[in-house]
Amino acid sequence: MSLTREQAAHIAELAKLELSDAEIERLARQLSDILAYAEMLNQLDTTAIAPTASVIPNQNIMRADTLAPSLPRASVLQNAPDTDANREFLRVRAILDE
Amino acid sequence: MAFETRLEQLTAHHAAELVRRGEISSVELTRATLERIAALDDTIHAYLTVTAERALAQARDADARRAHLRRVGETPPPLLGVPMTIKDVISTQGVTTTAGSRILENFAPVYDAAVIEKLHAAGAHLIGKTNPDEFAMGSSTENSAFGVTRNPWDLERVPGGSSGGSAAAMAADEGIFALGTDTGGSVRQPASFTNTVGLRPSYGRVSRWGVIAFASSLDQVGPMTKDVRDAALILQCIAGSDARDSTTVDSPVPNYVEALGQATEPSLQGLRVGVPREYFIAGLAPQVETALRAALTHLETLGAEIHTVQLPHTQYALPTYYLLAPAEASANLARYDSVKYGLRVDAPGDVWDVMRATRGRGFGAEVKRRIMLGAYALSAGYYDAYYLKAQKVRTLIKQDFDNAFAQVDVLVSATTPTPAFRIGEKTDDPLQMYLADIFTLAQPLAGIPALCLPCGFSDGLPIGLQIMARAFDETTMLRVAYAYEQTTDWHTRKPDLSRAAI
Repeated sequence: MSLTREQAAHIAELAKLELSDAEIERLARQLSDILAYAEMLNQLDTTAIAPTASVIPNQNIMRADTLAPSLPRASVLQNAPDTDANREFLRVRAILDE
Repeated sequence: MAFETRLEQLTAHHAAELVRRGEISSVELTRATLERIAALDDTIHAYLTVTAERALAQARDADARRAHLRRVGETPPPLLGVPMTIKDVISTQGVTTTAGSRILENFAPVYDAAVIEKLHAAGAHLIGKTNPDEFAMGSSTENSAFGVTRNPWDLERVPGGSSGGSAAAMAADEGIFALGTDTGGSVRQPASFTNTVGLRPSYGRVSRWGVIAFASSLDQVGPMTKDVRDAALILQCIAGSDARDSTTVDSPVPNYVEALGQATEPSLQGLRVGVPREYFIAGLAPQVETALRAALTHLETLGAEIHTVQLPHTQYALPTYYLLAPAEASANLARYDSVKYGLRVDAPGDVWDVMRATRGRGFGAEVKRRIMLGAYALSAGYYDAYYLKAQKVRTLIKQDFDNAFAQVDVLVSATTPTPAFRIGEKTDDPLQMYLADIFTLAQPLAGIPALCLPCGFSDGLPIGLQIMARAFDETTMLRVAYAYEQTTDWHTRKPDLSRAAI
């Protein structure tokens, strides 16, 4: 399996990663090498094998539906890159048009 | 008091005992460790943050508490007054936690990880945060955004990774005990490279609440220590279920320290040790193989039966891991979106441009590589061929271990095919770097515990022995490790750092 520059650029967009042309070039090559190595898995017939997503038996862990305090707003905003002047909200550039 | 061992050389169990008995104070212990860090860490660079003043203040509190408990006749908690060294992917309230990444360079968590809460409850106090590979992705600690950590045994070599800072701190006595995290060997491989002990618990044994996520079906927190007794003691303190981490398993925590057994004349009579044939690969260094075979002979003299076993899907662990772990990472690292916390690069354009620029500049090369690989493996058209295929092979790898553990009680192998490699030696070839983890990837995929302890040297570089056990059978694993350690002296050897100190 070899990954083209265009495919690499597409994946970078899916992952929201800004990459230079040189990085795209290098990653396309390195990912192709790694994927070629991973081709080894096709030596195995896994048609009758169930996938393992987790090795533990836990399923649908529930907690009691009770109220408990969450983190104070000041703590939540403490590491925010930008907030409004009153430090009540996270601030980002406009997402929606007027 | 006159003391032959310098205080920073102490193990946690010994230090705690001396503090308990009033023979040393926590302040003395903490100060000695801080002085060692000050003397060596410009060279080793094990730490990203040293919390010197806070550590001394907490040491004074610990001494006051010990005096109070003595007056009222109560037993102090097991680690009272002992400083702890924590990998910088584990959240510490109010203390910068970077995960070795620019994107979290100024991030100060607002709460402690569950393991930190538990160690505080056991009486320990933080002394500093150690250098990891960025987001724990790597095998050499060279992927940290904040510089490489040097191996105390040879300053031109890597300490392993991704918990390289914690391992180097233990080897150089720049700490008493440490925590690391292990997704594909990140506790065991650095232990192997530094003549220290690293324990990866069973998946589900230790809460990951507050641990910065890399690959959630694989990540575990584990002790990194100077001996096996400390690994048991620290595991004892951090193990157990946690309502805040639904992947913890509600199973009673055994008394790991008690399970170690006798220090003098230990016996492994009747214990069945399996040696997986597939771990004798072409790339296994002759001196590593010699050390491994000597260790097996030694276990035999302690009464163990040695059996050759097969783990036929061993060679598939590496490609399986390098599809699953990056896939999970690409999802986990989506949270670094420049909105809630972490870096924001104020690029021109809209919110998406800011996000792309932040992630493009905030993440290092290896993290980008894994996000890309993972996003590709999960993307439409490739999901079945890569991600689902790898999940199925994971089932086969787990079945290998189930079959082996039907025949034997523990499995023993080398931890790494070679001793520590040189700084820069593998940075240009990701696949070569990934191969450094070839013996430590299958256990996380199967969810079983594994431990690395010292078993020899090759031209002055440490060699590690890996012991694996059934899921949630850390007690047997620790008992074997302790019997081996107490009848050998590899773990007592220390690197010569007389020229590294300033």
